[in-house]
Amino acid sequence: MIFGVSYARIVLCVWQTLYMLGIGLIIGAAAGLPLGILLVITRKNGIMENRLIHAVLSIIINIVRSVPFIILLVYVMPVTKVIVGTRVGSTAAIVPLVFFITPFLSRLFESSLLDIDGGIIEAAQSMGATVGQTIIHFMLPEARSSLVLALTTGAVSLLGATAMAGAVGGGGVGDLALTYGYQQFNRPLMTSTVVVLIIFVQALQTAGNSIAKKLRNGKK
Amino acid sequence: MIEIQNISKTFKLKKQTVRAVNGVSLDIHDGEIFGIIGYSGAGKSTLVRCINLLERPDSGSVVVGGKEMTALSEKELRKERRNIGMIFQHFNLFPSRTVAENVAFPLKYRKISKEDIGRKVTSLLSLVELSDKADAYPSQLSGGQQQRAAIARALATDPKVLLCDEATSALDPQTTHSILSLLRNLNEKLGLTVVIITHEMNVIKEICDRVAVMENGRIVEQNDVFSIFASPQQPITRKFIDSTSVLYKIHELIAENSEVTKLNDNEKILKLQYLERNASEALISAVSRKFSVDCNIIFGSIEIIGNAPLGGTVVIISGTEQDIQDAIAWLREKNIQVEVLKDGKNN
Amino acid sequence: MEKITELLGRLMPNVVTKIPELLRSTGETLYMVGVSGIISFFIGLVFGIMLVTMKKGGILENSFVFTVLDKLIHLFRSIPFIILLAGLIPLTRLIVGTAIGTNGAIVPLVFGTVPFFSRQIESALSDVDPKLIETAQSMGCSPAGIIFRVYLRESIAGITRVTVITAVSLIGLSAMAGAVGGGGLGDFAIRYGHQRNQVDVTYVTIVVLLVIVMLIQELGNVIIKKATH
Repeated sequence: MIFGVSYARIVLCVWQTLYMLGIGLIIGAAAGLPLGILLVITRKNGIMENRLIHAVLSIIINIVRSVPFIILLVYVMPVTKVIVGTRVGSTAAIVPLVFFITPFLSRLFESSLLDIDGGIIEAAQSMGATVGQTIIHFMLPEARSSLVLALTTGAVSLLGATAMAGAVGGGGVGDLALTYGYQQFNRPLMTSTVVVLIIFVQALQTAGNSIAKKLRNGKK
Repeated sequence: MIEIQNISKTFKLKKQTVRAVNGVSLDIHDGEIFGIIGYSGAGKSTLVRCINLLERPDSGSVVVGGKEMTALSEKELRKERRNIGMIFQHFNLFPSRTVAENVAFPLKYRKISKEDIGRKVTSLLSLVELSDKADAYPSQLSGGQQQRAAIARALATDPKVLLCDEATSALDPQTTHSILSLLRNLNEKLGLTVVIITHEMNVIKEICDRVAVMENGRIVEQNDVFSIFASPQQPITRKFIDSTSVLYKIHELIAENSEVTKLNDNEKILKLQYLERNASEALISAVSRKFSVDCNIIFGSIEIIGNAPLGGTVVIISGTEQDIQDAIAWLREKNIQVEVLKDGKNN
Repeated sequence: MEKITELLGRLMPNVVTKIPELLRSTGETLYMVGVSGIISFFIGLVFGIMLVTMKKGGILENSFVFTVLDKLIHLFRSIPFIILLAGLIPLTRLIVGTAIGTNGAIVPLVFGTVPFFSRQIESALSDVDPKLIETAQSMGCSPAGIIFRVYLRESIAGITRVTVITAVSLIGLSAMAGAVGGGGLGDFAIRYGHQRNQVDVTYVTIVVLLVIVMLIQELGNVIIKKATH
């Protein structure tokens, strides 16, 4: 026992956080990247300009982003029930987490893709590349390092959100801090979980930064 | 006006140390237009930034208007900087401000009334011929107009010195010419000392009184502009002049052993330079008659540098050795600089 | 008018009876967001300016202060807000006198927003062309002059943009704070929408929040447009 909590419990909580973070990030990125790409190519003067799609997509993303996560949690519950079968638990928590992180990531990815040199796209077009080829062979490679940084930012945000997931029984380190630390006034526990979270964030940030740096330098 | 004594500035980059300025000394006189020319990376921008201490030299002294710049406190330095105006390659106008507001920017420290500021701005704008654009934003102006606005702003505090860091490098030739004319006017009208940094010899040729040539952080040659053009010493100076003067192409052609410069035993290539507008052909035909030599003109040109003409002709002269020497002596008597560039006898 | 009320009554049976409470919750949210927003704005602005001017090569280079500030901001940004809420309770009690209610929410909201906003301001100020800073220096402009007349003035659009982003994020945080006793729309939605399963309440709350967000975004756009030449 440490700080009044069994080791088994701690391990479980860490695992739950990693699980929610990992799966949430993977699904979120898998959904967010195509959305981000769509946002970039359908905008005005984009390579697949489509004002309607862009407007609709933009508005939906804005709406979902504007809803505070805690309300999103609540609102999405019926959907969770349908997909996962229950409204409680770590797996169930992934559903609202994905709803939260996907629009956020898509905006971040959009920003990364917009930052690349317009000249590259022009070069692709002058070589007769199709939209798909432009995306896969020109845009994504150029934006690699920036996309990794965006993913890192998303991951850090998602970590914060998993702490809230404890509210729906998702468990995790955040929940540990709150149920045991806060509600039972166990300050040392709470402090140590905070420290763990900070270290975790630092690790994510450092990993993300160094991967991004390597990708950027590798280009030269 | 500006005395630079043995300054050096070194930059430490991740993988190397760069000695941007390596023991440079310069004296710039009051009221003159002084040019500093060099290729990219020669250290000219760093050098000019050491004058108003935007870069602090690692060693040496910089005296501007009698004040040792390196010894000033932060506050005194700021005060002295108001006596030194500076304009830049990309104009650096504040995008959120109109032209009038940009020009008024340095005047905040003057503690003068709003009306006085307005009057000063108006007079400055008319000085640079930009009065009609007072309320325009930089994004609405052409390059030349932006540089004029920048000049007006730099002159707002009535500085005695104007530093120009590649001020025309981003402008087309015509606009460059109009900005240079403006600078020369200001120099004559206000007695403004102007320091011009450039990599274009055309700029130096057009308005500078004296010029220093910089290479790898050092001054390799320095002279008044006319002399630099008339008799350049260093290869790098020659290269710069080549870019503006057809006459110097001959060196290239000789080096390449071009068809044009192939000689027989009894031929030499001469470069004639004269300081007055001589009828060079008349002289050449006179020489041919007097000394039984034949002259074949390869190049001829005349340029105005500063306010003086510099003319030159490159000829292939053929005849007996004695006749050629006599002809050369005679031309020299007539005040013509004769240089033997190539001797057919050395084939 | 009668017909509309009737229609609304059928669509949103639960909400209609709670209009006054809805209005009160909206007011609470606006209060929390407003007060913590203004405080965070100024503190964040100062910190952002400090980050930009005191970093290496900045006009007020001071690596000690910079490093301390940088690390502190990083520290607080790494703590999930909900934990920050809990952890700050003693401090909140000390400053405001209570840990619950809208006033009690303000301290954690400020602690949760300032680090994020400071970084955003740092980013917006860094976007100012460094050549403009050099130009101002060449004109003998003092550091204070450069901060106000160049950095701030030339990044009005950027500052507005990041303020809008932060405001939207702050609204989200206030909903969380509300859920732990802060009141406001978050609390309203959860109490009625979640705990009593009155879905129409959740919907309405979302709509109200969206309206607030859109108003803020529009205001931001107007300011940006005016500041761009």
